[in-house]
Amino acid sequence: MSDPAANPAAAAAATAAAGPPRKLRFHVLRHDPRDPHSVPHTEVFEIEEAAGMTLFIALNEIRENLDASLAFDFVCRAGICGSCGMVVNGRPGLACRTLTQDLPQDITLAPLPAFELIADLSVNTGKWMRGMSERLETWVHSLENDPDLRRIEAPMDPELADRIYELDRCIECGCCVAACGTARMREDFVGAVGLNKIARFALDPRDARTDADFYELVGNDDGVFGCMTLLGCHDVCPKNLPLQTQIAFLRRRMAREGAG
Amino acid sequence: MKVIYTDVLVIGGGLAGLRIAIGARRRGHDALILSLVPAKRSHSKAAQGGMQASLGNVIKGQGDNEDVHFEDTVRGSDWGADQQVVRMFVNTAPKAVRELAAWGVPWSRVRKGDRTVIINGQKVTITERDEAHGLISQRDFGGTKKWRTCHVSDGTGHAMLQAVADQAIASGVPVHERTEALALIHDGSRCYGAVVRDLITGELTAYVAKATAIATGGAGRLYRVTTNAVICEGIGAALALETGVAALGNMEAVQFHPTGIFPAGILVTEGCRGDGGLLRDASGHRFMPDYEPEKKELASRDVVSRRMEEHIRKGNGAKSRFGEHLWLDITLLGEKHVKTQLREVYEICQSFLGTDPTRDFIAVRPAQHYTMGGVRTKPTGESPTLRGLFAAGEAACWDMHGFNRLGGNSVAETVVAGMIVGEFIADFIESPKGEIDIPMALVREAVEAERARLDALLGGAGTERADALKIEMQQIMTDKVGIFRTGADLEEAVHRLQGLLVRSRSIGLRNHVDGPNPELVTAYRTQKMLKVALCIATGALTRTESRGAHFREDFPQRDDAHWLKRTLATWKDPSDTLPCLAYEPLDVLSMELPPGWRGYGAKNYVDHPDTARRAEELEQLRERLQGADRHKVQAEIMPYEHLLPARFRGRNERIDEKLP
Repeated sequence: MSDPAANPAAAAAATAAAGPPRKLRFHVLRHDPRDPHSVPHTEVFEIEEAAGMTLFIALNEIRENLDASLAFDFVCRAGICGSCGMVVNGRPGLACRTLTQDLPQDITLAPLPAFELIADLSVNTGKWMRGMSERLETWVHSLENDPDLRRIEAPMDPELADRIYELDRCIECGCCVAACGTARMREDFVGAVGLNKIARFALDPRDARTDADFYELVGNDDGVFGCMTLLGCHDVCPKNLPLQTQIAFLRRRMAREGAG
Repeated sequence: MKVIYTDVLVIGGGLAGLRIAIGARRRGHDALILSLVPAKRSHSKAAQGGMQASLGNVIKGQGDNEDVHFEDTVRGSDWGADQQVVRMFVNTAPKAVRELAAWGVPWSRVRKGDRTVIINGQKVTITERDEAHGLISQRDFGGTKKWRTCHVSDGTGHAMLQAVADQAIASGVPVHERTEALALIHDGSRCYGAVVRDLITGELTAYVAKATAIATGGAGRLYRVTTNAVICEGIGAALALETGVAALGNMEAVQFHPTGIFPAGILVTEGCRGDGGLLRDASGHRFMPDYEPEKKELASRDVVSRRMEEHIRKGNGAKSRFGEHLWLDITLLGEKHVKTQLREVYEICQSFLGTDPTRDFIAVRPAQHYTMGGVRTKPTGESPTLRGLFAAGEAACWDMHGFNRLGGNSVAETVVAGMIVGEFIADFIESPKGEIDIPMALVREAVEAERARLDALLGGAGTERADALKIEMQQIMTDKVGIFRTGADLEEAVHRLQGLLVRSRSIGLRNHVDGPNPELVTAYRTQKMLKVALCIATGALTRTESRGAHFREDFPQRDDAHWLKRTLATWKDPSDTLPCLAYEPLDVLSMELPPGWRGYGAKNYVDHPDTARRAEELEQLRERLQGADRHKVQAEIMPYEHLLPARFRGRNERIDEKLP
């Protein structure tokens, strides 16, 4: 049984309270692409660290006290909506659940590359994801058009349902695309997010599509054959999705389909 | 002036809004969604533990049906709900789950045979039926007699939103992301659409539609401590309120969730307690059985939250540098269960607290969670006072939650209301009522009025800081309009909020850009939020009784004799500093379940004069119909099926209730 006094967060808070708080220096990439006079540049903001401070708290404090114009995106601030992907000290991640206590005193923040910049740290991942969904048709293509909703649902193997959910946990934050070598070179590359979705629907017996159908969608260099297996996607995925195995598995299936 | 025309304009891209748009599309109408954020980032995503629907697949759900779900929901509402609407809801919820299953939601499924579960702190072995194997599974939740909450691990809202948003894409529904409605276009009797601001460019556009639906979710960010996403600011309710015609219902009914992570307010699901998790105090004592011997940790949320605060007041809270809190203990559920069925909770604890919930207790304290009130609508979803304006989901008060919502009934309501209201909107458009002659002068004036308001903020000489006003409002709401309310506190709150509203008319900005300008957004939203906050505070001050989540320490009794009625708030003139309150009585003589004790919480109420008569009537009716099937009895007592769209009528099949 756990002893509340041994709670690590409380312990960390106590340690933080013992010494003077750190002065954090945020080096933030600023740019407004709609302003013809704007030139991308770095601005430095200094704030005092607080116990349990996340980048969500820190950026809001900067906006409230230091610069009302700083643009960034948060929605759920709980790591589930995927709005706040940004590059933190060179690594794409979710800002809302990044604790400053895990970072050095100097923190560099930049918008996710590969997406259209809105301003400062805000990028248009929504537009990119909608385009990807339309291209890859990321919905169940049902066998049955209008099921009788009064009837008992079709059974599904419980293990299979869990495996589908495992891949369905993607939050479309865009970190995998930002960390992808191919995405930098090929504008239309569907990214790990897209490939994972195909793997998810290929696994789902409710989807009537076959490997031949999926081959039409991702059997090319903008799809699974564009992947150079650098696997930055797998390293940065905030949901720890099994991207490495899914991409490898999909490549084998698509290669077989293409050869078939 | 830029104008976009569509049949159905949906404001809000969460589950309710998406489902309305899909429904309208399937009936052959154009639908367009406005959303502050990409649809899949909406707050519907945050629903963790599950969605109530009386499928009765698991053995602990055996015997569940619409009747049981109905009674649980009405008791949960403390008799504030519209019982016909509750009936519409409970009959459609199983259909909604099954529709979502067909759309690809990976519902957690039943495994046949023995399994070990935790009930009341004890390990118990239960045996699932062979015929249930592979069907959708249910877990226990607060305030329910049966295990009824269908779920996808603890990422239910996420999985639902993913599937429904993708169905919207499949149906070709455009979502205009990063756009915000600033005002409804109306002539005092008919709504014609909205004036909309592009949050990237700042451009204003008139969206003109035959029907306009508000599906903007709740107003949690009126409070300092809330589980809600930062976009849940009650703006949809404010849009309706600012028409001066549409009313907001029961805004004082605000739910506080027992287990917000302390102090950030991030939600950990009720599924933790449903699956056997316990609440403990500073000394590790499990205190809920002392207060609620019957339901313990699984009484309704209003009751559990009050008991927790009561226990802290008695000096039993754990102390921390941020204040006092209690502990949620899920260590007894075992590592495997937590990592598979409560994995979001596991991740949240790791990321935000740096703790492992399979070994450590979770620091929790009640936090604002849900807005039972909203835009008052008829059972069709349409405003009774502004034709062509509809609302659904948390933004609406149609009114199935009354004064307290049950866990798992909210994410269920989003899709159920979306299904039902989507059909009624299509009916409306196809009827002569749905036709419009577009009054272009009115449209232009509406756009010009919003332009002028924005210009006044951007270029004006105001000196008030928007974010400071907003923070003060949030603090007042949390301190004075919270779980325990008193006349003195509420009077102070109303007075101070009025002061803030007046000051908000002189906001000045430091950033004068009309493009992506977060300060401008805070400015115009704060002006709107203050009006909604005043509806909550004045409603709470005026309601001198305690019902559901609205608890008055100076009036602790539920008073059916005087207060079995719904509060309606309107804002008559833009220069007013208070809403007008009116009341709509609930008719006891037509209720299926007349008011009584909820079965948990304090047994402390004054009867309505009609209650005894109705109870007697029902007793006689039931005696007369003894032996008749339950559907027939129900239809005699309180007919409702005629209120449902034809395609969603009909009984629901279960293992023990086969359809022919």
